[in-house]
Amino acid sequence: MRPAAARTQLTFVRTQLKNNTADRLESRSALPWPIQLAVPVASLITFGIHLLFSKKWPPLETRSYVLLFWEILGVSIVLSIAQSFWAGLRQWMRHMWPIFTAAILLLGLWDVITSGFHLLPLPYFPGPATVLRSLISDRALLLDSTWHSLVLLLSGYTLGVIVGLVSGVCIGWSTSVRYWGMPLLKVVGPIPATAWIPLAMVVSPSAIVSAAGLIALAVWFPVTMLTASGVSNTRASYLDVARTLGAGRAYLIFRIAIPAAVPNIFIGLFMGLGASFLTLVVAESVGVKSGLGWYVSWAQGWAEYGKVYAALIIMAAFFSTVMTLLFKLRDRVLVWQKGMIKW
Amino acid sequence: MVMTNVAAGSALRVDEVRKSFAVPDAPGTRRLVLDGISFSMAAGELVSLVGPSGCGKSTLLRLIAGLDLPDAGDLLVGEEEILGPSAERGLVFQDPNLFPWLTVRRNIEAGLVARGVLHEKRHEVDEFTRLVGLGAFGSAYPHHLSGGMSQRVALARALINHPKVLLLDEPLGALDAFTRMRMQDEVLRLWENRRTTMLLVTHDIDEAIYMSDRILVMTRAPGRIDRTIDIKLLRPRDRTSDSFLRLRSQILEHLHFAGKAADV
Ligand SMILES: Nc1ncnc2c1ncn2[C@@H]1O[C@H](COP(=O)(O)OP(=O)(O)OP(=O)(O)O)[C@@H](O)[C@H]1O
Ligand SMILES: [Mg+2]
Repeated sequence: MRPAAARTQLTFVRTQLKNNTADRLESRSALPWPIQLAVPVASLITFGIHLLFSKKWPPLETRSYVLLFWEILGVSIVLSIAQSFWAGLRQWMRHMWPIFTAAILLLGLWDVITSGFHLLPLPYFPGPATVLRSLISDRALLLDSTWHSLVLLLSGYTLGVIVGLVSGVCIGWSTSVRYWGMPLLKVVGPIPATAWIPLAMVVSPSAIVSAAGLIALAVWFPVTMLTASGVSNTRASYLDVARTLGAGRAYLIFRIAIPAAVPNIFIGLFMGLGASFLTLVVAESVGVKSGLGWYVSWAQGWAEYGKVYAALIIMAAFFSTVMTLLFKLRDRVLVWQKGMIKW
Repeated sequence: MVMTNVAAGSALRVDEVRKSFAVPDAPGTRRLVLDGISFSMAAGELVSLVGPSGCGKSTLLRLIAGLDLPDAGDLLVGEEEILGPSAERGLVFQDPNLFPWLTVRRNIEAGLVARGVLHEKRHEVDEFTRLVGLGAFGSAYPHHLSGGMSQRVALARALINHPKVLLLDEPLGALDAFTRMRMQDEVLRLWENRRTTMLLVTHDIDEAIYMSDRILVMTRAPGRIDRTIDIKLLRPRDRTSDSFLRLRSQILEHLHFAGKAADV
């Protein structure tokens, strides 16, 4: 599953790059009317759907949902005006508007299915208005949970990355470390970190510490594996050239082998990040008494499914933000890999 | 351009050097690649090494660079035996092998960083970047460069250490004919400025005649030095002059390649 995930990420990156060039070519021309109007029209449609069904199904306090549409409508009109003066914004809108439109229409579809025709059983599938209300009414606890998840994720991830880089470089560089380390890595690595949960609960004094350790373990394996393979596959001719330039061992490791392995290391970091999200949520819902994972199972215990979905939305935004930041970091570190300007 | 610090080269002596490699298909057996190579070069000499593909030219250069050790025989720079790689012996391959994660400037200064002398010699980085005509490309990454530019960066990177011997393994082999001729002049200019001892492996007889003081011809594997041809033409040499062309056909005849391709 892990290599497949990495491949998907790579394809994703490549598509992103392609889109960027296409956008740059188009950015000069004006934004066509259908694109400009798509978002306001979609929000009016979805709003209409909501009005239609909220009359049919009255006892919901849905002011925030209604407000949301007025906001979307207002913002999209303001942006439509602003984009004629601002090429960067126009390019962004050209890229994002179709996606936003689809997202808003999906909200409408969701409304139709749940509050409209009750095609899905309540209380497990509340309508968007209910979820938004939960999101707003419980915002303090959600924010607090997000904060706890963030701290736990970052501490576990950082620990796993540091240990993984060190062990990966050692295994990749030294044949004797590889001889002893590889079998261990092959046997212990593939065990999902979550499988250690029962043991971790017993061994560790605090659930938070054991959760951070499990996240670190989940990250450690892919980072070690990819770092080791990157370092050991450093082109021999780079090392030869460096030797004839007077390089010692430190230079060969830190200035040749590790930079040469960076593209590989990033694949390991992405795979590790995916594994760390999974471990975080599972660890929070079974042991740790805070964080988004805990919030979801807690809300589910009270059958407050609006809150469950609210937490899932926060989780999606949170995780994809973290993922995007890692992509940004990668693009910055790997400028030398891209063929941006050609002389 | 006037070089301020001309680093004189050193004499190189190769004495009865033998080298064999294990044959992967037949464990326990070894194949002899170099069978008693002997020659010497005076300080500041530019010598070409030609020979059929697979005769062990690159192997010999790796031995001189210190990247491999011979089975038997001696290799000496000046009075010093070659025991391992050193910044005194620069090596440039056919593939420039620039470090892709470093800019042109940082590639050129790699030798100074590796030896821990960047601080004292930082001024030389600009000097060498300009020397190879890449002043404007200091902050470009290698994937932005053409083949000829990359090879010039590789030359500057090797030269910044002021090596006593510069080993060139078909450095211009991958370039098109025009770039190659321009680069030959460029290498000659660097050599005349610095008087580095240079050993140049090439497949191109014209290049060997145009550039070197002497041509060493190797036999088919296992390689030995078959003969030495002195080139007494005055520099700058004219590729179309009668004496050049006469020498060329003589050498080709020697090599029993007359009437075939000019490339060995
Ligand atoms: N590390 C090695 N292990 C095993 N065999 C090797 C090794 N290096 C070189 N050889 C063998 O030694 C022989 C000589 O190789 P070498 O690269 O020195 O030839 P060359 O004269 O440079 O050829 P070319 O002109 O094609 O570059 C080849 O048959 C090659 O397969
Ligand atoms: Mg060769």
